Amino acid sequence: MKPLHLAAFLASTSPVFAIEAAATDGISAEQRDFFEKKIRPVLADKCYKCHAQDSEKIKGGLTLDTRDGIRRGGDNGAAVKPGNLKDSLLIEALRYENKDFAMPPKKEGGKLSAAVIADFEKWVQMGAPDPREGAAKVVKKNDMEEAKKWWSFQPVKKPAAPAIKDAGWPRRDIDTFVLAGLEGKGMKPVADADKLTLLRRGYFDLIGLPPTLEEINAFLKDVSPDAFAKVVDRLLASPQFGERWGRHWLDVARFAESSGKDVNIAFPHAWRYRDYVIGAFNSDKPYDEFLREQIAGDLIPSKDQKELAEHLVATGFLAIGTKGLNERNPRQFAMDVVDEQIDTVSQAVLGLTVACARCHDHKFDPIPQRDYYALAGIFLSTETRYGTAGAIQNRHPSELIELPTSAGAPTLNKTLSQEDRGKKELLLANLKKEQEELRKSLFAGRMGGDDAQLKALPQRQPRALQLVTQIGVLESELKSFDASGKSKALAMGAQDRPAQEAGFGGGFGGRFRERRRQGPYAGRTAFSSITDSPLLARGEVDKPGEKISRGVPALLNFGEASAIPSKSSGRKELAEWITSSQNPMTARVMVNRVWHWLFGQGIVESVDNFGTMGQKPANPELLDFLATRLVENGWSLKKTIREIVLSHTYQLASTFDEKNFATDPENALNWRMSKRRLDAECIRDAMLSASGTLDLRAPIGSLIAESGGGPIGRFRGISEESIVNAGGNFRSVYLPVPRDVLPDALDAFDFAENSLVAGKRETTNVPSQALYLLNSPTVTAQAQKLADRVLAAYPAGPNGGVAANLDQRVAHAYWLTLSRAPDAAERQAASAFLLKFPANSVKGESSTPALRDAADVKAAWTSFCRALFASAEFRYLN
Amino acid sequence: MNTDNSCGEITPLFTRRDILKTFSCGFGWLAFAGLAQRTAFGAVEHPLAPKAPHFAPKAKRVIFLTMRGAPSHVDTFDYKPQLTADDGKAGKRPGTKLLGSKWKFSQSGKSGLWISEIFPNVAKHADEMCLVRSMQTDLPSHPQAFLKMHTGNSQFVRPSLGAWALYGLGTTNENLPGFITLTPPGGFGGAQNYGSAFLPAIYQATKIGSDNRAIAQAEVRNLETKLSPGAQRNELELIQTLNRQKLARDRVNPEVEGVIESYELAFKMQSQVPAVMDFSKESDATKKLYGIGDAATDDFGRKCLLARRFVEAGVRFVEISHGNWDQHFNLATALGNNARSVDLPIAGLLTDLQSRGLLNDTLVVWAGEFGRTPHAQGGDGRDHNHKAFTIWMAGGGVKGGLSYGQTDEYGYEAVENKVQIHDLHATILALLGLDHEKLTFRYAGRDFRLTDVAGNVVKEIIA
Repeated sequence: MKPLHLAAFLASTSPVFAIEAAATDGISAEQRDFFEKKIRPVLADKCYKCHAQDSEKIKGGLTLDTRDGIRRGGDNGAAVKPGNLKDSLLIEALRYENKDFAMPPKKEGGKLSAAVIADFEKWVQMGAPDPREGAAKVVKKNDMEEAKKWWSFQPVKKPAAPAIKDAGWPRRDIDTFVLAGLEGKGMKPVADADKLTLLRRGYFDLIGLPPTLEEINAFLKDVSPDAFAKVVDRLLASPQFGERWGRHWLDVARFAESSGKDVNIAFPHAWRYRDYVIGAFNSDKPYDEFLREQIAGDLIPSKDQKELAEHLVATGFLAIGTKGLNERNPRQFAMDVVDEQIDTVSQAVLGLTVACARCHDHKFDPIPQRDYYALAGIFLSTETRYGTAGAIQNRHPSELIELPTSAGAPTLNKTLSQEDRGKKELLLANLKKEQEELRKSLFAGRMGGDDAQLKALPQRQPRALQLVTQIGVLESELKSFDASGKSKALAMGAQDRPAQEAGFGGGFGGRFRERRRQGPYAGRTAFSSITDSPLLARGEVDKPGEKISRGVPALLNFGEASAIPSKSSGRKELAEWITSSQNPMTARVMVNRVWHWLFGQGIVESVDNFGTMGQKPANPELLDFLATRLVENGWSLKKTIREIVLSHTYQLASTFDEKNFATDPENALNWRMSKRRLDAECIRDAMLSASGTLDLRAPIGSLIAESGGGPIGRFRGISEESIVNAGGNFRSVYLPVPRDVLPDALDAFDFAENSLVAGKRETTNVPSQALYLLNSPTVTAQAQKLADRVLAAYPAGPNGGVAANLDQRVAHAYWLTLSRAPDAAERQAASAFLLKFPANSVKGESSTPALRDAADVKAAWTSFCRALFASAEFRYLN
Repeated sequence: MNTDNSCGEITPLFTRRDILKTFSCGFGWLAFAGLAQRTAFGAVEHPLAPKAPHFAPKAKRVIFLTMRGAPSHVDTFDYKPQLTADDGKAGKRPGTKLLGSKWKFSQSGKSGLWISEIFPNVAKHADEMCLVRSMQTDLPSHPQAFLKMHTGNSQFVRPSLGAWALYGLGTTNENLPGFITLTPPGGFGGAQNYGSAFLPAIYQATKIGSDNRAIAQAEVRNLETKLSPGAQRNELELIQTLNRQKLARDRVNPEVEGVIESYELAFKMQSQVPAVMDFSKESDATKKLYGIGDAATDDFGRKCLLARRFVEAGVRFVEISHGNWDQHFNLATALGNNARSVDLPIAGLLTDLQSRGLLNDTLVVWAGEFGRTPHAQGGDGRDHNHKAFTIWMAGGGVKGGLSYGQTDEYGYEAVENKVQIHDLHATILALLGLDHEKLTFRYAGRDFRLTDVAGNVVKEIIA
């Protein structure tokens, strides 16, 4: 493929980097003194308000608070050219020679005194000596070449092992890099985590569940040096690993089961993509292959029908994004879908915000608008199949991909008998007839119409609206069964459009040709064949300009990319380019995500943004080492994860250390393990696990799939209550996750915003979480089951009061919830609580101190178990 | 201890002094890097703590009255005598006929604002009201325009106006949510209309009720305990004991402090929210003022009274919704019924706010997502029209008795002093003392704002 060239773009801008960098070394004490006394105070007082890095709004792209900034200047060029009064714009501004940029402005006090201006002139003439270090952060529009020097755009180089002082500390190469980072700042790592802490950490991090009592005992007994390695290998091989790590990727892939945005129609087939991702992590599908399948699964070879089906489902990645289904303009709709795809692929995989270049050249990263439209052509040439039922306000219903029957893809356990099919088809025919009649009369009504028609209108209009949804849902239901009445295996995904469009000639700007869906409210598509995208001025669909050849961003042109054939979209070539071992972003972004998921914070803190507005890596060598290892390990994520969790770094305690804290409060260099909040899924799964009700079998489909489709929360679609209260004994990754409405259990604990790429979840501590844990019937039900389990473990007979077997029961509850024994103070608190628990604890009845019957005992233990669920330790990892 | 006169006596589980005495560093309500200001040893500042606005505010809080479905402007607040005169003549769209308003307009108050007889009680407040008759929005379709009205954007998922206001200003009663929405519709963008998108989740609205049920049955989720007060107090004490023991073991852990404080606040909310929502102690005169007890006005009257009680208790932004105003047909009856159900309650709200001295710094906004056509649809209805509609504001530093902007002679299009949604948002923020260009949040590598790259403050309507 022909990479885009920046040359044409850059030709229009003037080089502004022709300034020699003056070394600070050359400044005499006298010069420094002059600067500090005469220049810096004036700059700070008169200029920094609008021209400093931390100005609320930096005017004209100019910062004056670093040497770098003052020399480089703003949009108009260098503010100061050492020794050159004439070309130093700062002097021109101070002299009030040019009305357009006389500075400081009148409202800030106006022109400075002649003496001060003379000081500045003198300073420039002496070579503008300036001791202020640091790079100016503002990147001006014409600084593309400079921005290309940003760290993440440079090739990954395998770093040599750094020199360290404490050679005995590292266990793995990773540790050498971490230790070098710490020693560089004069820090030492804290001590190691104890065995129980490490086990609990490993379990939650790898499979998202606490260890069972048997697993704890086995680990405590195993004194061999590779005891933890054995646990890690077992966990990596368990099917629960994919459920935990697949969910991480689903956050990045903004996985959701409805269209979100304006009308929020269900995606009843999205779950197949979810299961594909879980399976991919379990089988340790190499990350490069994983990406190729998601971006171009339909275009790459497959060895059999089963693999073909898997590849097709993988492209669901491109289809599950938000859709503004109510959009009237089909071109706008098409461009919005494309934009969402570009945004997701670039942020999720490359850590770049390419979508910023939809309307203009990227303000901060070297991504010209042309590069955006080169990518847009690739996705415009792709048909996105997302399969929303026709419904009121859905102007863009879509088909799905039917998976090959011999692939043996799982289907919902639903059937449609011949008799039912006949009934439903008849109903559909009648509804359509009614709709057609209504349409005629409504149309007449809209245009005036006769009295009888007008009179009937008020009753007819709501019926017409109802019919749209009823017909749409019925049609998609009928389409979801094969001739024999079995559920069809349908999937969301992407397909190349045909190379030649049928019928009219066209391309962008032509009239809307296609109306292939049936029915009066069917969607229209603006694009129907392989095409390049025109560059849209300001991103506006009615301002198409020249067509841009499909291609990849020139910024990351690290060598020959394959040419995009004229008859295919180019997704295959895009996927190859993304997964090239030469691509500087792909491996770095992913290992950084893995690090984030294991340590609670990435080496690059902005996990979804590696561009110039993102953060720099806290330990660049460590990042590049990990990136190199990922590729060396054949892109195996399991191997990468294994290397990290078996490092000394991962096995550190989370102990506080004042000295280290003072140097590195954010723990960016990993002097300890950070204390981390469990995510919503872990919290719920840990409750189910503790109460003994967790069912590890993966269900087929989801609540959204079962419901068959339609709008979320209205028009006889899927009710909001059913989603909010969704439960079940299966793992949380299988809960329904439409957009804008979530099950309580997920919503309470900062579930990922599933309309956006979310490599990082928030962790808040808000009262709604406390209320959920204290009062939600779901939590109470789990607490009751845990209480039953604890009581049954140490039976005390029918007359056993609350005090019976108290110590054993308390300890048992602690092991089940917190994977440890209670200490003396905790035992004491527990026993005090249970013994004074009031009888008749249910609201409205009078409380008496004496405990009477088995129900009261159960109530007391339920309250105790709920308190354990609600305690901070239950949701934080040490 | 924090007591609030409007809410009765509240006994917190732990007083602030207890907490400060017991814990190493006080506030840890919500702790994560980047959002809150970290002090030495990692303590964080409460993200809902009141923040200084950019400049002196005219309004301290907002009550947003959303009329979902797009009320007809030419029958309510945009007086078009020529439309009445030309009733039955050909409309702009081929085959349509102009439809003069069935309601009479007259001048109200000293200012003489023209208001339709459909709003007889609201009209009495003409001298406090500022009509903006030149509103426009992007698209004539409900979901998109509704989202645009709430988030400034129908194309992308963006934070809502209330979330931005809360992010910018914090709240003054930390025992209540800072942003509350009463009975929002489930569709039309749903939770996005009061969501926080990429802003921290704490700035999203707490939703009370939904639009398919009466407000009288609405509740905050998980607020009600099944336990007796004594039993729950015991349980909470145990939880907090465990948490304090953990904090002692960890030595420094702002997250655990956050958990501890979240329980204390939850406990207070458990009594405060129902206390604010329980208006049984309001006088009969007040209830009557809002039309509570009369079938036509009861539901919206309750919402208006709740809104007043919430802002009085310190909530920054309250939105209440009413629908459906989508009168494609049956205009004469349905629009009349809609107006009847909100007219007295809104007038009551304005009167009540005024008599309590709250109207000066409470901004009341009345708005739908767009307007309707001056021509008829099916004889007794009007179609969608995004090129002209009227919203009004009262209190909170707007000029009362002012009519701003004009539509053409029939009300098809705004022709003078057009106001776009971004302009309206910029103006509301300005009234709150916030510069819409400075109220930004860094997400995905750039600074986002409610008004994107547009928005002009309509200075002419600010008192």
